[in-house]
Amino acid sequence: MAEYDVNKMPKKSPLSVQINLEKFEPATDEEKHQQDVMSQSTTFFKDGMRKLRKNPLAMASIIILVLIILIIIFAPMIVPYGYTEINTVNGVRDKSAKNLAPFTYSEMEQECIANGGTRFPHIFGTDEQCRDYFMRVVYGTRVSLCVGFFASIIVLIIGMIYGSISGYVGGRTDLIMMRIVDVIYSLPDMLMVILLSVVFKEILSFKSGTLLASLGSNMVSLFIVFGLLYWVGMARLIRGQILTIKENDYVLAAKAVGAKSSRIIKRHILPNCLSVIIISTALQIPSAIFTESYLSFVGLGVSAPMPSLGSLANTAREGLQSYPYKLVFPALVICLIVLSLNLLGDGMRDAFDPKLKR
Amino acid sequence: MSDYILEVDHLKQYFPVRVGMMKTVPLKAVDDVSFRIGHGETLGLVGESGCGKTTVGRSILRLYEPTGGTVKFDGEEITGKNIGPMRRRMQMVFQDPYSSLDPRMTVEDIIGEPLDVHHLYGNRKERREKILHLMELVGLNAEHATRYAHEFSGGQRQRIGIARALAVDPAFIVCDEPVSALDVSIQAQVINMFEDLQAQLGVAYLFVAHDLLVVHHISKRIAVMYLGHIVETADADELMDAPMHPYTQSLLSAVPIPDPNTARERKRIVLEGDVPSPLKMPTGCPFRTRCRYATEQCAAESPQLTDRGNGHEVACWNK
Amino acid sequence: MSENGYEHLLSVKDLHTSFFTDNGEVQAVNGVSFNLDAGKVLGIVGESGSGKSVTAYSVMQILADTGKITQGEVLYKGDNITKWGERQMRSFRGKCCSIIFQDPMTSLNPVFTVGNQIMEAILLHTEKRGQAARDRALEMLQLVGINEPDKRLKQYPYELSGGMRQRVMIAMALACEPDVLIADEPTTALDVTIQAQILELMQDLQKKMGMAIVMVTHDLGVIAEMCDEIIVMYGGRICERGTADEIFYNPKHEYTKGLLRSIPDIKNMKERLIPISGTPINMLNMPKGCAFCPRCDSAMKICLEAVPEEIRINENHLASCWCNVRDARKNGEGAAEK
Repeated sequence: MAEYDVNKMPKKSPLSVQINLEKFEPATDEEKHQQDVMSQSTTFFKDGMRKLRKNPLAMASIIILVLIILIIIFAPMIVPYGYTEINTVNGVRDKSAKNLAPFTYSEMEQECIANGGTRFPHIFGTDEQCRDYFMRVVYGTRVSLCVGFFASIIVLIIGMIYGSISGYVGGRTDLIMMRIVDVIYSLPDMLMVILLSVVFKEILSFKSGTLLASLGSNMVSLFIVFGLLYWVGMARLIRGQILTIKENDYVLAAKAVGAKSSRIIKRHILPNCLSVIIISTALQIPSAIFTESYLSFVGLGVSAPMPSLGSLANTAREGLQSYPYKLVFPALVICLIVLSLNLLGDGMRDAFDPKLKR
Repeated sequence: MSDYILEVDHLKQYFPVRVGMMKTVPLKAVDDVSFRIGHGETLGLVGESGCGKTTVGRSILRLYEPTGGTVKFDGEEITGKNIGPMRRRMQMVFQDPYSSLDPRMTVEDIIGEPLDVHHLYGNRKERREKILHLMELVGLNAEHATRYAHEFSGGQRQRIGIARALAVDPAFIVCDEPVSALDVSIQAQVINMFEDLQAQLGVAYLFVAHDLLVVHHISKRIAVMYLGHIVETADADELMDAPMHPYTQSLLSAVPIPDPNTARERKRIVLEGDVPSPLKMPTGCPFRTRCRYATEQCAAESPQLTDRGNGHEVACWNK
Repeated sequence: MSENGYEHLLSVKDLHTSFFTDNGEVQAVNGVSFNLDAGKVLGIVGESGSGKSVTAYSVMQILADTGKITQGEVLYKGDNITKWGERQMRSFRGKCCSIIFQDPMTSLNPVFTVGNQIMEAILLHTEKRGQAARDRALEMLQLVGINEPDKRLKQYPYELSGGMRQRVMIAMALACEPDVLIADEPTTALDVTIQAQILELMQDLQKKMGMAIVMVTHDLGVIAEMCDEIIVMYGGRICERGTADEIFYNPKHEYTKGLLRSIPDIKNMKERLIPISGTPINMLNMPKGCAFCPRCDSAMKICLEAVPEEIRINENHLASCWCNVRDARKNGEGAAEK
């Protein structure tokens, strides 16, 4: 636009403006409101998902996790080996299939193939007990993920109930409950796990064949310790959320209407904590998997022959010089799962955090 | 039915505040407040921040438990007992349109919550109709019922809040700064709506605000608060034309008037200093530290509200 | 640096500022021009979303990262400061032009003492150091009417009340004696009696120091009290500009008229308010014609199609509303050119 000085330029006089006279008719309401379109209705959730989709790391993590889950579900249907099954060729135990490298065959198998038979390749090779390693890793992943998931659920439930009561009631109750949390925080978790597993090994004996039996008393003690100790982080988090949400006017409005505390917690407070809960749980799972892996590595994990990623890594330690792949595969899977869950959790936090507006 | 919908007598609301390791001092947010509101009338409650006006509203609704005094609702005393069913008859509209609506609930749920809490309209169809009727009353379209609070502007959210307050057909609504957070052009819409609803439904308001011009416009009577005390109560026109208490006089002279001639002509009474902390209230009259007419009596004894004629009550030894 | 002769202290010419967000371009300011002379108080009035604060921030160039001046110039003493780099702007801010913000609670850094924060400006822009700087800070606190200034210098913001914090903000802003003071809603967060004190303080200081003030606010009462010249903004554009008397007693834009109708009239407080219908404009989707058209009761077809041109009403008054063209034609008056 040309030189424009407000005071210098002689402003147009109303009469000198050259305009079509018809245009001075009043405008109708429809014409005025043509632009009044309310944007599409989105819930908080849909908006968050949209933001999440734009995050490449989070989307990559989702893809990796989905792939892993699909593999561990469908692999047993495709691969004909079992995880405890010692390699057999034509019904004969194959002792020469010990510690095979990936995609190699044992002598007996090679013979079989030469004779026209087919053998499914050992994708990850075999272990020292002549069992297909790929299937062991698959089952190990199953165990690790299940343990991680259920442990997180236990943490979530206990932590949520404890934290919401403490946060909502406040006052002395809150004070006492939080001091208990402080005490629990200071207990050494590893020590507790070890102690409890020793104790439970003596006390508990499971009916053989049940899931608990196959997991072993160590796992049970792990779950118990999670239930006893690990919920404190979640409780603190939820309590903090509730303290913030409690200050909002809509909670006061619900009280003014006459709603009971239970209704307020259920309808107003917890749904608003939901994003925090989901994210924190997503970040709790890798932590649980790590703990389980560590315990298995130390020898306090699932009992043989059930594999878990940690116990596989432990067993692989001995033959590390000669057969490095046996350590690499379970470690790699642990890394992938933990990294994906962490990135996903981070991504979700960014996407669902209402304070980080654009 | 009694003469007044609300009678508040010597209401006290103290909050214990920790000042030392073991010591707690009462924060006298509301100290000996009394007033009356007639059926279908509006009482404006004005004062600056920290005067306790918001606390008064919340104490009446028993959102805080009053430390002392009595509140009578339609002749029936409600302090000191469970007011569960009473809550239907008194409601509240909040100041902040952004935090007073649950972001996870649809408009229908928000307005319907009071109906659910009091178990009205068990029939889904009737409930929906009632909600739509309320929305129409406040000027919202029926299609807005399935939307979420964050999709609306400040003024519209305030309307949703008002619809929620009206859901249980209350006789009395505490309006806690309902238009302060809104733009001027929207304020007028909401103020008109308050007036229309009062004319239609006969609801009484306790209109708490700090904007004196708005309060003057909407209220029949106005009460002025300072540091937890009511210093003056009078009919709206009388208070604004002939204020008697020194605080009211300086408050009125400080209000910016959107009229250049008046602004040029008027004499401003500027108060020195700041409002004393409510934890360390001055003895006697709370206003004496900033008052030009303060005498020894003002330091010794706190004045009570006395009627100077025409329902104009003032709490001052010197006026 | 600057040439000797200049028309106005601060001159904004056809300023356009936009924010480039995920959802699109928000055109916050759409062609704003005004002049400011020394010793004058200019009031910019508008509601939220009108672009008034963004205009002020554009002058100081303290926009958020997503904001950019897309068109127009800002001339300070004849120099086009929109062309200046960050280094030059830093010497401009605080020294030539200062700003005080709305919320005194969050505008002061809680971990530094009051004295420290005032001295920061002094140390940056003047040669004073050490004790000299401290003395100047003390002087400023006295100037803004804070009692016990030596005690206050060592206090932290949380120890002060809202009114005092705002005074500290003013002290900080004026420490280097700027030519222009921008006040962005300086009293909105304050109580009425404190507001009166602060406004009086600002008027006093202006008489003493002779600076120009740009007062950005939505409060019509404050504007009526303080300002010589008023600009009314809506939708990032100037609706009307003129002296206080002209704007309040002779409004010539439908938006201004609507605003004045929607506040209680002091001569008749109980009269029913006439609100402006509709909701404030969505800046993502600016209409082709006048920004106020969808809410205007007297909208005409031309308002939908063309942005109104700025038309001179009289010596002190300009308005951008087609209603003036229509009225002039109706009256069939002769050319009112000046």
